[in-house]
Amino acid sequence: MKENVVIRTVSRISVPFIQVFALYVIVHGAVGAGGGFQGGVVFAASFILMFIAFGLSGVEKRLGKKWLMIYSVIGVAIYAGIGFLCLAAGGNYLEYGAVESALGVAHLHGYQIDAVEMGIGITVMAVMVSIISDMSDRGGESP
Amino acid sequence: MNVKALLAVLFIGVVLFWAVEDMPAFGDPEAPATCYTGKLYIDLALQDVGVENIVTAILASYRGFDTLGETVVIFTAGISVALLLRRGGRL
Amino acid sequence: MEAVFEVFLSHYNYWMAIILIMIGFYALIAKGNLVKKLIGLNIFQTAIFLFYISLAEVEGGIAPIYLPEGMEAVYVNPIPHVLILTAIVVGVSVTAVGLALIVRIYEEYGVIDEAGLLKVVKRR
Repeated sequence: MKENVVIRTVSRISVPFIQVFALYVIVHGAVGAGGGFQGGVVFAASFILMFIAFGLSGVEKRLGKKWLMIYSVIGVAIYAGIGFLCLAAGGNYLEYGAVESALGVAHLHGYQIDAVEMGIGITVMAVMVSIISDMSDRGGESP
Repeated sequence: MNVKALLAVLFIGVVLFWAVEDMPAFGDPEAPATCYTGKLYIDLALQDVGVENIVTAILASYRGFDTLGETVVIFTAGISVALLLRRGGRL
Repeated sequence: MEAVFEVFLSHYNYWMAIILIMIGFYALIAKGNLVKKLIGLNIFQTAIFLFYISLAEVEGGIAPIYLPEGMEAVYVNPIPHVLILTAIVVGVSVTAVGLALIVRIYEEYGVIDEAGLLKVVKRR
């Protein structure tokens, strides 16, 4: 099983770099190309690489099924929560200008867009890993 | 080689090819999709939103509702696959 | 003859999209295996995305990100990019749920093509 050692070592080295790149793509959605959906999928790709190299049990003990469900709900809740924040500040739902004029701080529009993109990225990552982990765990046996 | 399916596909192909001559040319700067609405978004995005990426500004600010529905769609897909494929009854 | 050649050269993106539509549609209706039908649906979807995004091109345009102050540039139309971003995510969701249904069908009935499935269901 010599090729297993090569695959495991290379995955262990490259997974942190992939995750940092995914966070970079999410956060730079406002300044350059990128955004929530793209960064979320790249983040999930790092977990799928670990899944190919270490098997289902290697990923399960780091990111179990219960926590994946909780993360996907948290992502949608962040998006809807920002909308309710705008409602509480006196504007329409998801009207970012209302929070800016209620608090009086300038440039808040960009920060709200960043928060929304973060929520989208968390949901997309959790759903992608959950789909892969469900489809390959058949009949109770795990490789 | 399913003959009926091939005939249906060829018929649809001929009708679509016939409709191509009405479409604007590739890269036309006077195309109606680019002249009116596209120009409006390009002109107004910087002062309304303040973000440099026009696509993110449209996606998260001008059309924020669609993106919220989008996130719910992918969340529903995750839940459907979990409901179909998990056994033991625990979600 | 010259006019036909002119139309062919300036509208070549529509021709590519139509050929892919025909291929995907044939795979969707003529193949019996359920997984092949799903792949045909995916090809059809990709052809529609290519068609829609090629409508957004402007000759000599650059990506729709603002250049620093004072530089003039022609940007491509940003709206189709936004709509297709949403559509890609919907396509991924449909493929995932379809594949999960096929796995369950195989576990329940033991067949994976359309004719065998109809026979088994009628027998029940």
